[in-house]
Amino acid sequence: MKLLETHGLTAFYGDFQALFGIDLHVDEGETIAIVGANGAGKSTLMGAITGRRSAQREAITFDGKPIGGMKPAEIMARGIALVPEGRQLFPSLDVEENLLIGNYGRKVRGAWSLDAVYRLFPILKERRKQAATSLSGGQQQMVALGRALMSNPRLLLCDEISLGLAPAIIKDIYAALDAIRAEGASVMVVEQNIGQALAVSDRVYCLLEGRVTLTGRPEALSRDQISAAYFGGGR
Amino acid sequence: MIVLDTILQGVLLGGLYALFATGLSLIFGVMRLVNLAHGDFMVVGAFAVLIGVDALGLPILLAAVVAGVVMFGLGYLLQSLLLNRTLGKDILPPLLVTFGLSIILQNGMLEAFSADTQRLDFGALSSASVPLGGGLAVGVIPLMTFASAVLVILFLNWLFYRTELGRAFRATSDKPEIAQLMGIDNNRIFALAMALALVVVAIAGLYLGARATFDPLIGPSRLIFAFEAVIIGGLGSFWGTLAGGVILGLAQTVGAQISPEWQTLAGHVVFLVVLVLRPRGLFPRHVD
Repeated sequence: MKLLETHGLTAFYGDFQALFGIDLHVDEGETIAIVGANGAGKSTLMGAITGRRSAQREAITFDGKPIGGMKPAEIMARGIALVPEGRQLFPSLDVEENLLIGNYGRKVRGAWSLDAVYRLFPILKERRKQAATSLSGGQQQMVALGRALMSNPRLLLCDEISLGLAPAIIKDIYAALDAIRAEGASVMVVEQNIGQALAVSDRVYCLLEGRVTLTGRPEALSRDQISAAYFGGGR
Repeated sequence: MIVLDTILQGVLLGGLYALFATGLSLIFGVMRLVNLAHGDFMVVGAFAVLIGVDALGLPILLAAVVAGVVMFGLGYLLQSLLLNRTLGKDILPPLLVTFGLSIILQNGMLEAFSADTQRLDFGALSSASVPLGGGLAVGVIPLMTFASAVLVILFLNWLFYRTELGRAFRATSDKPEIAQLMGIDNNRIFALAMALALVVVAIAGLYLGARATFDPLIGPSRLIFAFEAVIIGGLGSFWGTLAGGVILGLAQTVGAQISPEWQTLAGHVVFLVVLVLRPRGLFPRHVD
């Protein structure tokens, strides 16, 4: 069962075309990775899916219904949650408030609650009354991940969650992602870190200059194929 | 004794200015909107109470409650139908639109109520006072004004720091784009903030009309006091706004003791001094 699907999705910045007919899908319970170099169109794709940039109505469907061009709040209300690039915690809210804002106005029952997030990241419980932006980078990423989980999303979007973190911490964050997948959510990871993305995903899409250049199961793809799709063939 | 009396009257006057300023502070805090029609809305609030008393025959406090409800609805509609369209990266459109709104409100009220000065009558309470001993006494209305300011601020602090809606207000204020990605509808949050602010404005209007006379054109001069209180106190803190109001009230009362024409001038001077020495106000918010 396809949960999220894009059909020939295009996007423009003025006259500059950033996406050229992207077709991809995420099945229920599946984890996919979108990899690509800087400027490949990953952020634009994420922006279109989350409603931050315009998209044709029918070009994106979630659970079979078109969501292209809807407002972010409406899209999120349907069961999508985002861990944004750069974490983007709210500085005037403490750790616990940042988590609670994740399920603002929607009380979806599911595996994730404040207690469940604290079980996943015990350090956050110790720091719950601290200003979220006073935490270390890795802990802030835990808050951002926990905040997204609080709404019990059917699809979790993770935008560059390893960016700027130490390798040991990246390992912890991705270990948490495994626990999250075990609870049944579909996950879409956008990464520059190819190794990490391949290790965690069931399928991978490689983007280059606004087009999907390669897709498949990570174990079925060779290094050369990925390298060519990532950097462009013949280079 | 005169010194003590002056301080007391100044602090109580500060309560009125805090009420003027709190709505302004709330709106700026949540949506970075400077409402130049804020003073005129206070006059609208005062007239709304007056209509309740004169035309509907309600007791004044009940009329104020009705005015508060009406202003809540007015604020919600104003924000969702008009002001939300002006918000964006450019701060000029909301300034221009609220400036225009100020002119429309003043002229609308002139048409409807004429330029006559009005007063809200609390009956016997208007002249009642509480003796404090030693020849000191404070008026009941000034006391009620101050108590109302404290209650309003207590309520807003509870709302902002203890409720889900308050969290949404603060998150939206921090990062509106990210708040939307949490499923928060910014337009609705802004409309609720404006609605709440206009309820506070109605309370301010009640005491504006009870402590002195008012007419359709006094809004802008009261807006200045509200601005000064907000900026002296520091943006984004309600208790800071109360402190700012009290400092402004004290400055004016002390100035008036020196010479009557020094009353407003002393307030402006203190405001300028704070602006020079502490440009972010005396009690600014930590994160900004």
